[in-house]
Amino acid sequence: MNIKSLLVALISGTLFGLGLSVAQMIDPAKVVNFLDVTGQWDPSLAFVMAGALAVNIVATPLILKRNKPVCDTLFRTPLKEQIDRRLILGAALFGVGWGIAGYCPGPMITAVSFVNSDILIVLTAYVIGTLLTRLWMRKRESHLSEQERQAQSCIE
Amino acid sequence: MEIINFTPYSALLGGALIGLSAAVLLLFKGRIAGISGIAGGVILPEKGDIPWRILFLVGLVVGGVLYQLFGISPGVESIQPVTGKVGLILAGLLVGIGSALGTGCTSGHGICGLARRSFRSLVATLIFMLTAMITVFIVRHLVGGA
Repeated sequence: MNIKSLLVALISGTLFGLGLSVAQMIDPAKVVNFLDVTGQWDPSLAFVMAGALAVNIVATPLILKRNKPVCDTLFRTPLKEQIDRRLILGAALFGVGWGIAGYCPGPMITAVSFVNSDILIVLTAYVIGTLLTRLWMRKRESHLSEQERQAQSCIE
Repeated sequence: MEIINFTPYSALLGGALIGLSAAVLLLFKGRIAGISGIAGGVILPEKGDIPWRILFLVGLVVGGVLYQLFGISPGVESIQPVTGKVGLILAGLLVGIGSALGTGCTSGHGICGLARRSFRSLVATLIFMLTAMITVFIVRHLVGGA
């Protein structure tokens, strides 16, 4: 673990939090207004994704052409390709939670900067949900070898 | 349908910053900027690579603080929840369970995954967009009667 890669993580996180804030995605009402396609619709979230994708659709393939990252030994991109029940069920549940409160993990954490007790409630519930699910998944996969587990694991 | 509060320029600029963040993390660290994955590795650590994850998460909050310090417009003065305490707890649990089970959230699947042209991420993104829109429809128009 070197200082440079820690600095990179801090800079990257800061850019991400700044981007979410500038785009006002930290305001759950704005997110829910995007999801409300049959009511009063705010298309902004689609433009946030478009802006991020415009950069990454060009940058990602160029970066992955390199043998290794600048400060690390290898690229850790997800290996799994098949569509399974977990992916479908997980995405479906995630969407329901996102629709109820307008918070996905990035804005939830960035919104801590507003020091607001409602954010602590949703964030605590998120941590508990994540912890229980990851514990369950770890138990289910405990019989797998390290290699199989790596193939199972996805977004890191 | 009526279009309200649409902010295309700040949305594109914010999106580009998020894209830049993901590119920086991939180029220098070889990692995907999926927030649920990065946070999940702190909540239940897998291996000894926790420090960079914590710094990334600290960065998220720092980004929010800088935004408020510099008074960047359009400003978000305060954050009002769109649901009550029970709704917040339910939403947080579902977002945690769903993103852990589905190995990604809006950033990991919706931005990084699509940029890698991952079919899994495309399927996940379409599903969570759909269930989120259905949820808002039910909560706002069927139950709420708005």
